[in-house]
Amino acid sequence: MDRQAGASRLLFSGSDWDFKKLSRVYDEIEAIGVEELHLDIYPVQMEIISSEQMLDAYSSVGMPLMYRHWSFGKHFLYNEFLYRKGGRGLAYELVINSNPCIVYLMEENTMALQALVTAHAALGHNHFFKNNQLFRQWTDADGILSYLNFAKGYIAHCEERHGMAAVEAVLDSAHALMEHGVFRYHRPPKLSSEQQREGLRERLEYEERSYSDLWRTLPPSQRVGKAEVRDEGEVERKKSLHLPEENLLYFLEKNSVVLEPWQREVIRIVRVVAQYFYPQRQTQVMNEGCATFVHYTLMNMLFERGRISEGAMLEILRNHSNVISQPAFDDPRFSGINPYALGLDMMQDIQRISTEPTAEDRDWFPDIAGRGDWRDTLLEAWANHRDESFIRQYLSPALIRKWRLFVLADGADQPHYEVASIHNERGYKKIRAALAQSYDIGSKRPDIQVVDVDLLGDRYLRLQHQVKDGIMLDGKSRDATLRHIRRLWGYDVNLAAIDAETGATLSQRSTRDL
Amino acid sequence: MPIFIDRRLNPKDKSLGNRQRFLRRAREELKRSIRDQISTGRIADADREHAVPMPEKGTSEPAFNDARDSGRRNHILPGNRTFNSGDLIPKPADGGGGLSSPGKTDSEDDFRFVLSREEVLDLFFEDLELPDLIKLNLKQILTFKPKRAGFATSGSPTNISVVRTMRNSHGRRIALRRPKQTELDAIAQQLAMLESQPPNAETLKRIAALREDFEQLERRRRRIAFVDPVDIRFNRFDPRPVPNASAVMFCLMDVSGSMGEREKDLAKRFFVLLHLFLTRRYERTELVFIRHTHEAQEVDEHTFFYHTQSGGTVVSTALEEMHRVIEQRYPPTEWNIYAAQASDGDNSSADSERCIELLDGKLMRLCQYFAYVEIIDERESHIFGATENGTSLWRAYSVIEQKWPNFQTRRIAAPADIYPVFRQLFARQPATRQSA
Repeated sequence: MDRQAGASRLLFSGSDWDFKKLSRVYDEIEAIGVEELHLDIYPVQMEIISSEQMLDAYSSVGMPLMYRHWSFGKHFLYNEFLYRKGGRGLAYELVINSNPCIVYLMEENTMALQALVTAHAALGHNHFFKNNQLFRQWTDADGILSYLNFAKGYIAHCEERHGMAAVEAVLDSAHALMEHGVFRYHRPPKLSSEQQREGLRERLEYEERSYSDLWRTLPPSQRVGKAEVRDEGEVERKKSLHLPEENLLYFLEKNSVVLEPWQREVIRIVRVVAQYFYPQRQTQVMNEGCATFVHYTLMNMLFERGRISEGAMLEILRNHSNVISQPAFDDPRFSGINPYALGLDMMQDIQRISTEPTAEDRDWFPDIAGRGDWRDTLLEAWANHRDESFIRQYLSPALIRKWRLFVLADGADQPHYEVASIHNERGYKKIRAALAQSYDIGSKRPDIQVVDVDLLGDRYLRLQHQVKDGIMLDGKSRDATLRHIRRLWGYDVNLAAIDAETGATLSQRSTRDL
Repeated sequence: MPIFIDRRLNPKDKSLGNRQRFLRRAREELKRSIRDQISTGRIADADREHAVPMPEKGTSEPAFNDARDSGRRNHILPGNRTFNSGDLIPKPADGGGGLSSPGKTDSEDDFRFVLSREEVLDLFFEDLELPDLIKLNLKQILTFKPKRAGFATSGSPTNISVVRTMRNSHGRRIALRRPKQTELDAIAQQLAMLESQPPNAETLKRIAALREDFEQLERRRRRIAFVDPVDIRFNRFDPRPVPNASAVMFCLMDVSGSMGEREKDLAKRFFVLLHLFLTRRYERTELVFIRHTHEAQEVDEHTFFYHTQSGGTVVSTALEEMHRVIEQRYPPTEWNIYAAQASDGDNSSADSERCIELLDGKLMRLCQYFAYVEIIDERESHIFGATENGTSLWRAYSVIEQKWPNFQTRRIAAPADIYPVFRQLFARQPATRQSA
């Protein structure tokens, strides 16, 4: 290639793309990415799709195949509406965490955009999927497509066999609990169920053997002692059911007595899909930041080497700056913090700290400041962090100043917002902690757990909501969701709101009152 | 080198199944919006795409969510210019605004989506059935088409199968050894030759013998017919029922001075609805427009609706015209005949009697269905709404309505009345009516 003269060193010219150009560009970008950024990626499968197919993919939670459900139809209509109205552009690409990594390219993209997208998705996201700890541990990139294929077939089979309405009812209920269908802190417990059942049986036998009718005749003043016995029973029961259990779907799937086997399988499918997406939701800033950093760096390298024309680079930069625009809080376009912008800025900041640190940086980041090995630092961060820990560790005072971040305390009972911290010496750490906290998915979603149920008694299912900072549940959606739980559980359900700090019961809601 | 797959040519309707599931889910609500739109909007627009708001009932996806109005939380926002820590900022009154809604998502409430023409009509016509569906089914297969079905020994002379008949006769003649013409001819020739010779005893004897032979053969020939009734075969035809896939709709309207723009507009809406309905049901639907004053004539659609004509009102002329057109062009065995008549009810009582006669005696036997809508003044609607009193035509038609279940009358006062009336007319008939 080096032998060729100036103009022909360009990878492409003009805005039309064809498969030859795509392939040439991909090879070049991959070579640079591996060589310069030490990226490590899954093999890539690129699929060209139309805008309608992109809408399709949007509405089926971004997966190439999905079982059928009306809610996907609703989301399709909604996305289509926004798209047709011009309210929202479609993504230029969609990438799927699978092996091989599937990248969707829109047919409408120009060649320059395709190059950008290739660097962003096929290299950036792909590297992140393959190397990040969360994805490695929690998702099964090799198996997800075949699992979804099975899920789609299975649900279609169930619809045929049990009727659409029956399947829809289970799916509706399971979807309502999707957020609470993931294991956040541990992998599914591997219990030796045989041993368990054996233990339970022995205990029951012992109780029968030691049963004495005389106990019944004891005077009521002995109630304290009785309560203790009951407490013991409760403790054992909870232990045998692995309570408390945060994964509501898992609990219902395993323990509900009204579900038929196929219904359990349907719940399991929803649960697996939810679990699959759980890491993605924890690594938005990192994932997009990684991809954006990679495409920005690679595109600039290609341009410096004279492989991309100035016109194409201009188009790429225009799109790039659209993606990373971050309006200020009082801008009408403001809709929260843009993960692309935050991720890219933090990663470029790490690059800066590595190569040109200030005294402040040396103070804050003695480990990485001035060591010049920003590549390794980034690779390490991409591999081991999620949003919350990444921000907690790497958000620098310089970046807080650049973004002019501030924390606004919002008490529902206060008539005012209070500015809690701004970008000054006193505020840096607080802002960093608050921002990291806001990306902690564990604290963002309501914490609801199954705490108790008497399977041999009235089967009244008791849930507990750990109320943090006084944030209660929205009443209407709570009631509707409880009804869904009741449908899956088959018996009444009670949800108690417990203050996480004081342990006081703030409210009770039971399906008996609904 | 990555793998490339071009998916653009894949089937496009991948999400169709989801869409159908969604529409079924939201059916009730969508039906209501469509009904509202059609009954308030322009009738010509009924038969096309409609944008409807997102139905809320039955399509919410609940989950445990934080209540926005409780608790303490921190918002981390970029772009601080003037604030210092400890500053208090009053909350906006409506709770909205950029400041208080970080991470706010777009509301799904105000969005509308488009239903295709087919989907609209399906929703619109749901559980509207033609009157007396069972009867209709019977009537629909009233046309028969003959189909060849072998041969029969009896039938009408026009259906004689000559080939099959002659084959039978030939076989029978061979079997019974019917003398052939050539044998007779040979004997006759021999006789003529002998007779031409001078007679002697020998020849006379031979002549006598030959004559006897000849007569015997002749007798035999006469006894064994060339074509015997047992030979005759007829082509057999089975009548096969053929579904009747065409309908004709007669629009009858009074266009005399008493029918103003409003009345005509209402009548038109009713006609269009009926027509829409029929085009959904039948492969081929034709329209016949008959307007009348004191005389009736068949006209084209534009004239029907937009040209005025002065004159009195004699309703029976329209019925006669309709009968004439049916006899001329639309044999009831081939056509499902529907009629819709709109009028303000003015008619002389003598002519109303004549109408009863015509309908009862002729038309109702031919019609699948006859709907009469009387357009009344809005101010009168509360007077006439419930009572059986009314114009002379109304009273006359009430008699017919009692007698013929497929004859229906309704009153309309405002555009909004049409749809309910239409639904009433075509609502599933109670089972008791079917026996009538």
